[in-house]
Amino acid sequence: MKLKKNQNGPLLLMVLGLFIFWYSCSNQSSDADNPEINYSTEQSTVKTANITEIAVEAPPLTDGIFPCNDCHSEIEPNPDRRELVDMHDDITAMFNHDSKNRWCLDCHDLNNRDSLRLASGQLLDFKESYKLCGQCHGLKLRDWKVGVHGKRTGEWNGKKEYLLCVHCHNPHAPKFEPLTPEPPPVMQESISYMNLKVNDDETE
Amino acid sequence: MKQNKSRRSFLKNISLASLATLTATGCNMKELEEFFQRNFRTLSDKEKEDIIRNLEQKYIEKYNKEFQVSAEPAMEQVEFAYGLDLSRCIGCRKCVYACVGENNQSRSPQIHWIQVLQMEKEKGVDFAHSDVHYNPEKVPEKGHFYLPVACQQCRTPQCTTVCPVKATWQEPDGIVVIDYNWCIGCRYCMAACPYGARHFNWGEPEIPEEELNTDMHYLGNRPRVKGVVEKCTFCIQRVRKGKYPSCVEICPVGARKFGNLLDPESEIRYILENKRVLVLKEELNTQPRFYYFFGV
Repeated sequence: MKLKKNQNGPLLLMVLGLFIFWYSCSNQSSDADNPEINYSTEQSTVKTANITEIAVEAPPLTDGIFPCNDCHSEIEPNPDRRELVDMHDDITAMFNHDSKNRWCLDCHDLNNRDSLRLASGQLLDFKESYKLCGQCHGLKLRDWKVGVHGKRTGEWNGKKEYLLCVHCHNPHAPKFEPLTPEPPPVMQESISYMNLKVNDDETE
Repeated sequence: MKQNKSRRSFLKNISLASLATLTATGCNMKELEEFFQRNFRTLSDKEKEDIIRNLEQKYIEKYNKEFQVSAEPAMEQVEFAYGLDLSRCIGCRKCVYACVGENNQSRSPQIHWIQVLQMEKEKGVDFAHSDVHYNPEKVPEKGHFYLPVACQQCRTPQCTTVCPVKATWQEPDGIVVIDYNWCIGCRYCMAACPYGARHFNWGEPEIPEEELNTDMHYLGNRPRVKGVVEKCTFCIQRVRKGKYPSCVEICPVGARKFGNLLDPESEIRYILENKRVLVLKEELNTQPRFYYFFGV
């Protein structure tokens, strides 16, 4: 009995200590660990007005080529897969969009050339070409719809302007072309050199 | 003859002497007022308005142009955050120069608020082996990725805590700003910033008159003077009017995202919830509001 009592003493103390520790912890967390990061709390969220209002720029159709039916209404449609030589050979030359497996009529409609055509056979205006791209590039379409893929301009809390896929990616060769970079910042060494040059007008 | 050495006469003489110096140097009342202007945060709305009107007048005389200087305060329920897609940035530096134009940075001596760092894919985010002076014919270069760095608008900014005169502080919408009239140019903040995001005007800033952006904010892109520190303000003159920052709008690959962290519908919230996100030098506990992410 005596032995047991001695063992219970420290155990009780430990339990008490744990309780105090737990109590102090739970008190703290109710006050948010870091008051400066509060973006996840629900009270501080707001819904900005007119966020759905998105103006899309007109698709970049080539002048003198569109409307396609100006020429195609007089041409007998030929559904045979082939390499174009007489007309649109510039497109044939540059075409690089899974070119082994695809050709014009996978996206353009056979009977109405002023329309695009989904895999389902549904006709599609050029203004909605993103739906066509989204058939294969579903994840990109999802990100584009929420403004993460592609560029939004305008207002972060209101009216935005959107670009279509084809504004940045040529649909016939969608890989982004490399750009010439703007000039690099001036080197520290050159700054002092330029300042010296003001005094004596000598070139190296 | 007995010389009068009392304290009273000393004070009288010193005040007379300083008055005489002031008149001799041709200080007018406006300059005096500017010299004794208090810290921006302690000014009343009326005082701010007066100061801004004086500034606009001063700029008309100096640049022969009309300016709109605003002191637009932070919007309610707004905390700004920035996202930059590392998988998209191609290092073209268009953002650097759009920023220079928008924010009236000095062309000579050159000041760039954005530094685009070229890094090797093999090494990952490694500042020691990064290059800011890369200059190939075309970008992106094989085997490299690009990481633009500007002010990270930290939640626990070191730059503001070290300022001995409290000339720099964090606004309620998260933007860290500088009162250029209050800055004494000690550059403590530059030493404290782990991102190299603050820049000092070593010389009188030079900006071609025709390139001056006349749409200004008092705490943002108004012309600075020699001897003060400056930094990115998320284009405070634009974002407080609801517009996107200039770098977001110029980016040809759409790598730059901006929005309100408190708005669950914003692009930035989508990024934080759905993408792989990182912040720079996380171990320093600066808690940046500038998030780098991988869009793919």
